[in-house]
Amino acid sequence: MIKKIEAIVRSEKLSSTIRELSAIGIVGMTVQPVKGRGRGVGMQLRWRGALYNVDLLPRTMVTLIVSETNVDETVQAIMRGAATGEHGDGVIFVSPVEHIIRISSGETDREAISYQGDIDARKEQRA
Amino acid sequence: MRNRRIGFRLLILFVLAWVVASTLVGAVFAQEDAAADDAAAEETMEVAMATAEDLGGVVSNLDTVWMLLAGFLVFFMQAGFGLLEAGLVRARNVVNILMKNVFDLSIGAVGYWAIGFGLMFGAGNGFFGQEWFFLSDVPEIYPGLSVPSYAFFFFQFAFAATAATIASGAMAGRTEFKGYLLYSLIVTVIIYPVVGHWIWGGGWIADTAFHDFAGSTVVHSTGAWVGLVGAIFLGPRRYRFGPDGGPMPGHSMTLAALGTLILWLGWFGFNPGSQLDADAVSIARITVTTNLAAAAGALVAMFVGWYHGGQPQLPWGLNGALAGLVSITAPCAVVTPFEAIIIGAIGGVIMYVGVNYLERRGIDDVVGAVSVHGFGGVWGTLAVGLFMEDAGLFHGGGIDQLIAQLVGVVAVAVFVIVASWIMFSIIRSTVGLRASAEAEDLGLDIFEHAAVAYPEFTNAPSEPTPASD
Repeated sequence: MIKKIEAIVRSEKLSSTIRELSAIGIVGMTVQPVKGRGRGVGMQLRWRGALYNVDLLPRTMVTLIVSETNVDETVQAIMRGAATGEHGDGVIFVSPVEHIIRISSGETDREAISYQGDIDARKEQRA
Repeated sequence: MRNRRIGFRLLILFVLAWVVASTLVGAVFAQEDAAADDAAAEETMEVAMATAEDLGGVVSNLDTVWMLLAGFLVFFMQAGFGLLEAGLVRARNVVNILMKNVFDLSIGAVGYWAIGFGLMFGAGNGFFGQEWFFLSDVPEIYPGLSVPSYAFFFFQFAFAATAATIASGAMAGRTEFKGYLLYSLIVTVIIYPVVGHWIWGGGWIADTAFHDFAGSTVVHSTGAWVGLVGAIFLGPRRYRFGPDGGPMPGHSMTLAALGTLILWLGWFGFNPGSQLDADAVSIARITVTTNLAAAAGALVAMFVGWYHGGQPQLPWGLNGALAGLVSITAPCAVVTPFEAIIIGAIGGVIMYVGVNYLERRGIDDVVGAVSVHGFGGVWGTLAVGLFMEDAGLFHGGGIDQLIAQLVGVVAVAVFVIVASWIMFSIIRSTVGLRASAEAEDLGLDIFEHAAVAYPEFTNAPSEPTPASD
């Protein structure tokens, strides 16, 4: 089974998150700026006299596709890299992936998401 | 939150104390004026006639218009600094840096009128002036010039505001606004005027052979030393150095380039205006030397960066032009156009080396102000000792001029660094200087001003949420 991990993290924690992921051999990823809200109350901004509430706050979303066997390790790595211990550190979603096709080569599924020296290659080497 | 309140109250307290103190001083002067007026009234006729003779006659409309126009151009440099610094910080700190630019100008205008101008140009001892506070008692026509004192005051105010603004770029992205207000007040009413008095106001350096035509040392290195001490006191921005850190590119090269070109234009008021009259031969020559040094600085810095780094890069060109301009500011009136090119070119190299050096030392100078204005200013001032016509080392004048320049540079550096060290220590332990980690991550715009610079662009928080229930 292949899983999709979507982690919404603080933008300033992106580089430490990527560092932790690289350390365990996660190579491919997609990163995008997002806005959203969670348990927090948002913030108040002011335009001249008027006060207005903004609760859709900027964060960065990291999307990863990994084998089911690697999900726990990956989630731990993200939490090491992204946590400050305060509210607003973000959330991680894990969901199943039906099918993957690499456009350039036509490879599918596990083949399509394997990279030289990635987390699976390291495990095989150790085994 | 509680600390912020205390800091804010302390700031208010400082400002109130300053207002009360200056009002009291003003009242004392007013009383002295009243006493002096009676005595003076009888001598008015004689004095008026003597003045006319002493000053070689009259106010010149041409000189006055030129000085005011030059003052307007120097004022416009505030726009240049504002755009340059806004372009070189990240989008989350743009409102904050623009606030600082607008308000150090405003504080400078009032503070320089109240205290700075008197401290700098009033008669006094070798270290500071002691008259003309609040522009009281200034003569109608400025002594030794053919312009009204008010024109001279305005021109000099524009210079004072420049000195304070320079430091803001070195400390961008992590300085609390209230700490900034207090320090820019102290720079424009005390630190800059004292240095100015030493060199331009008849102080102890003015008695030596030291020559700083338009302020490589007086204005630029003064502002830069304050910025250097400030940057060291603050420490680098979060994530600037260290394992998770890295370069933080400015958010708009468009603004930075426009700001630099406006500064370049403003320098045609800064240098030629420092002639203090519209002497045709001088202001034409100064305009040419100023322009050539800027161009040489830009070209050399760009090519050095290209050779050393691999690509021709805009920021090197921009800072190179500014380093050339700062370098030529002291010698602009006493060198040939060819020498101006050499001075500007070396200024560009010094800036390049300086920026890389500070980066290696872990000193986070956001816009490169210390290298451009500090190292460039030192080089420009020393260049007078090398290239000055008749007196310079390369013109057979011996080493005396160079020594005089060196003494001035060192004296100003020591004074400004010590004074700003004391100033920042006091500000840090009372009002507060460094913004919190939370404020830095969120951006000073949102944290300090509840505002964003580009609400509908970038990923800034912007959409108001409808009030629920």
